[in-house]
Amino acid sequence: MSRYAADAGFEVVIGLEIHAQLATRSKIFSGASTAFGAEPNVQACAVDLGLPGVLPVFNEGALKMATLFGLAINAEIAKVSSFDRKNYFYPDLPKGYQITQLARPIVSGGQVRIQVGEGDQAYQKTINVTRAHLEEDAGKSLHENFESVTGIDLNRAGTPLIEIVSEPEMASAEEAVAYARKIHAIVQYIGICDGNMQEGSFRVDANVSVREKGQTELGTRTEIKNLNSFRFLQRAIEFEIERQIDVIESGQSVVQATRLYDPQKDETRLMRTKEEAEDYRYFPDPDLLPITLSEAQIEQWRAELPELPDAKAERYQAEYGLNRYDATVLTASRATANYFEAVLSAYPKNPKLAANWVQGSLAALLNRLEIDASQSPVKPEVLATLLERIDDGTLSNKLAREVFEVLAEDTDKTVDGIIEERGLKQITDSSEIEALVDKVIADNPGQVAAYRGGKDKLFGFFVGQVMKATGGKANPKAVNEILKSRLDS
Amino acid sequence: MALTHKELEKVARLARLGVDAQALVDLAEDVNQILAHVDRLNDQRIDACQPMSHPLDQSQYLRPDEVTESNQRESLMAGAPAQDQGLFLVPKVIE
Amino acid sequence: MSSNSSSNDQDPTGLLNASIRDLKTRLDRGDHSPMSLSAFFAERIERLDPALNSFISTQIPEIEQTELKGDLAGIPFAHKDIFCVQQGRTTCGSKMLADWHAPYSATVHEKLAAQGAVLLGKTNMDEFAMGSSNENSYFGAVSNPWDVNRVPGGSSGGSAAAVAARLVPFATGSDTGGSIRQPAAFCGVTGIKPTYGRVSRYGMIAYASSFDQAGVIAKTAEDCAVVLNQISGVDRRDSTSSPEPVVDFTADLEKPLSGLKIGVPKQWFSEALDNRVAEQVEAAIAELECAGGTRVEIDLPDADIALSAYYLLAPAEASSNLSRFDGVRFGYRCDNPQDITDLFERSRSEGFGPEVQRRILAGTYALSAGYYDAFYLRAQKARRLIAGHFEQALSQCDVIAGPVTPTVAFKKGEHSADPAQMYLQDLFTIPVNLAGLPGMSVPAGFVDGLPVGLQLIGRHFAEAQILNVAHQYQQRVDFHQRIPPGFGGEGFGGDEHNTGGAA
Repeated sequence: MSRYAADAGFEVVIGLEIHAQLATRSKIFSGASTAFGAEPNVQACAVDLGLPGVLPVFNEGALKMATLFGLAINAEIAKVSSFDRKNYFYPDLPKGYQITQLARPIVSGGQVRIQVGEGDQAYQKTINVTRAHLEEDAGKSLHENFESVTGIDLNRAGTPLIEIVSEPEMASAEEAVAYARKIHAIVQYIGICDGNMQEGSFRVDANVSVREKGQTELGTRTEIKNLNSFRFLQRAIEFEIERQIDVIESGQSVVQATRLYDPQKDETRLMRTKEEAEDYRYFPDPDLLPITLSEAQIEQWRAELPELPDAKAERYQAEYGLNRYDATVLTASRATANYFEAVLSAYPKNPKLAANWVQGSLAALLNRLEIDASQSPVKPEVLATLLERIDDGTLSNKLAREVFEVLAEDTDKTVDGIIEERGLKQITDSSEIEALVDKVIADNPGQVAAYRGGKDKLFGFFVGQVMKATGGKANPKAVNEILKSRLDS
Repeated sequence: MALTHKELEKVARLARLGVDAQALVDLAEDVNQILAHVDRLNDQRIDACQPMSHPLDQSQYLRPDEVTESNQRESLMAGAPAQDQGLFLVPKVIE
Repeated sequence: MSSNSSSNDQDPTGLLNASIRDLKTRLDRGDHSPMSLSAFFAERIERLDPALNSFISTQIPEIEQTELKGDLAGIPFAHKDIFCVQQGRTTCGSKMLADWHAPYSATVHEKLAAQGAVLLGKTNMDEFAMGSSNENSYFGAVSNPWDVNRVPGGSSGGSAAAVAARLVPFATGSDTGGSIRQPAAFCGVTGIKPTYGRVSRYGMIAYASSFDQAGVIAKTAEDCAVVLNQISGVDRRDSTSSPEPVVDFTADLEKPLSGLKIGVPKQWFSEALDNRVAEQVEAAIAELECAGGTRVEIDLPDADIALSAYYLLAPAEASSNLSRFDGVRFGYRCDNPQDITDLFERSRSEGFGPEVQRRILAGTYALSAGYYDAFYLRAQKARRLIAGHFEQALSQCDVIAGPVTPTVAFKKGEHSADPAQMYLQDLFTIPVNLAGLPGMSVPAGFVDGLPVGLQLIGRHFAEAQILNVAHQYQQRVDFHQRIPPGFGGEGFGGDEHNTGGAA
């Protein structure tokens, strides 16, 4: 909670480590399937189980996906990278070590642009990515299935991951979430990760420290592990910032440690301190040779990259005259961008109106249903028709929103069908409106006198009366004109 | 370069070897003899060399991303010391 | 008198010294059925091995004629018990795997089986290939057929002893710091450690991954070449196996040695080397000169640095490779573990023998925080230094010839109290593993009735060349045909310096 920190005279420093499971068919070092949700251990082959004598063989798909990510954030791709072993004992770590990249990661350097806040409060910021390296996921320890024992399922063991390490450059939970969301969007844009946080495909560790304003060196940091939703990320960081400030203000000092966020209690609790930390004994994995990548190969893969969020946002501003904020919101997820572009291809005339609706009523609907734009009950073509009816004056914005709600409820209905059956068509025939206006003037002599006496504010009252009489169907523009001519004459 | 008893205890813990105190005393001498080798590596010619991880100057073979393994759970878990419902069993792990 | 299969009083059936090619001919001619040939050797194992303990497990193969196709069809053999084989257990000489049945077979086994070779059993070894005497086996020490009170060497001691005693025509082995060549030398048989990466490590339980190499122990260089032809080649299940094309290793065997430059490393003939062993090795080199080779003195300094680098690097790799033996998914698990840490610590301390625990502790320390640069990294640099020495040496000669071991086979228990002394056994073999070069041990005479080995070292992937040299040597001497007393032979013969039935 940056505001809290600011009030207390502190500033916050946050760095994130994001683990993204790569969407390969097979595992990083074996030919076993990576599909989620199989029976325990049916997708763990001898290599994944770390049985004696078997050896790892590196999956080209994982290399390609990690490289695509590096290219997507304008990072440097290592021509020669290599694997190291991180040694520690845990029942769901089959070999007693994790194969990862310490000395020579595949991706180093790189930038990600984020947008924080909303509307005119929104600001943009660039976060630097230190490195992204390939590694294998561990299995799962299941504590619930049995009374007195823990069950080990190694289906997940050997699933390829990239660990994306940011510089400690985020100054608030909001910035951290914006950065995490941006990475989440990028990996899905380029199709290297399904981004499913419930299934653990995208997990975030947050390194949080605070320091008194003006301080130059960083405060002692704590690491909050395995945050698997953006809300938990936000809450965990906010809690941790307050906790650390309280510790410091009470004259104690923050202990460097790994902490866990407990969503039920909405707090972080100590997992282990630095003193208890393992000595991982990293060294080059002798079972794997250096990975060499040619410039040609890198360029061939670069050519397969789709249009990325930032480029899309630039294009929306240039082609459709959208402002930067709208353009960024519309491109924040690939699904939303695809939906927006589908609406435009069906009805290109009014991009600004389309932008407003996609960010407004549609976004609200999707939030309510907790789905993304690709699953929207109102299809892009249908929304396009609705926009057309607004532009041709058939529907006021107010009526259009009513129609939209009906469309959301009943996907079989069409825009024009609803307009018909509900008789929502606007009254644009001026003679009809003139008659109504005259009646209103006749019925309210007092107000007319007062208005003519200079009480301009009463104009709205007359408009209201006319709209009421038509059940809001009168074309507001026409009503205004006629009222004016009658009253001011 | 000699290992103190305390250091050796820490190393044994790292290596998850439940070596009892007496055995550790016996081991200490032998382990130190192995570690004594490091003293013979004080030679400028060595400083000048690039570390060598592999005897052959060869780069990593890349396996095509294809699923080649089918479910072998029964045979692969046949040698498991304890298992139930397709899971390997260990004493309760508290997190 | 190479591959002498003519029956004599040492070898009435002629089967004991028959080469693999001879055995193949006899099978093709129908002198023996594959079943009877296997039965002949299986009977020897049953009758003679109790004195040696060279086998951990044996199996009586059921052979159907139909399945016997290929270049080794019907030829009996044994595997060092480090190779996973789906039938029966694979123990690696450890209590940890005493009852473990591999759910898959090593590539080496699949290739031999595909050529019709018949597995008679798994041979004894130092636990996880850590040792030079075969005294570190959970299944008991192995005796040297030339003197049962002495060690056969290690870690492939079972394979060397079994071949020396003519219990099998050939056996597989693995060589990390000398584990094929040293026991081959001690037991008077021929062994080859190919270039690192020449033979797949898939299914061969790892000791030190960047050193481990599978190889062959047989009676002759010719037999080694015949078997090596079958087990070599790239394997996509082992990233470190080499795509280098496999040549026919028997093609050059008969090539004369005229003009061949034989490098002799001065530094290896020092006080570390027993005089009488040195004499035998010198005699062997002289024999190679008679065969047309030219002797050139070369420099191979820093054997002590090589030894030190190896005893930091190999345990470091081993400490990590052996972490998978944790009692969770396979192998030994301690009784009623209190918690997960207790399960790890007791399963490992009860399942591993002392030498393995020694090396795990040393390796763990060498890798631990704050010591990596001083230990592991420094040793890796030293490894480069040694590799450079060989590159230099092999630019001045075609092959290197020297001793395999500083002494002949020592008595059981002689060094077991003192690991450092034991490690000196590998002084001349370890440098070859550091550089990943192919190396051989060839029987080259006797001292006090105990075999001496001649080591031949070639350039990367030049196995054919050292096999050629060894074969030409074996055309001129008969040490490789001597059969240990009590194993069907009259022993090493009278005159120790006799170059036998030299043509």
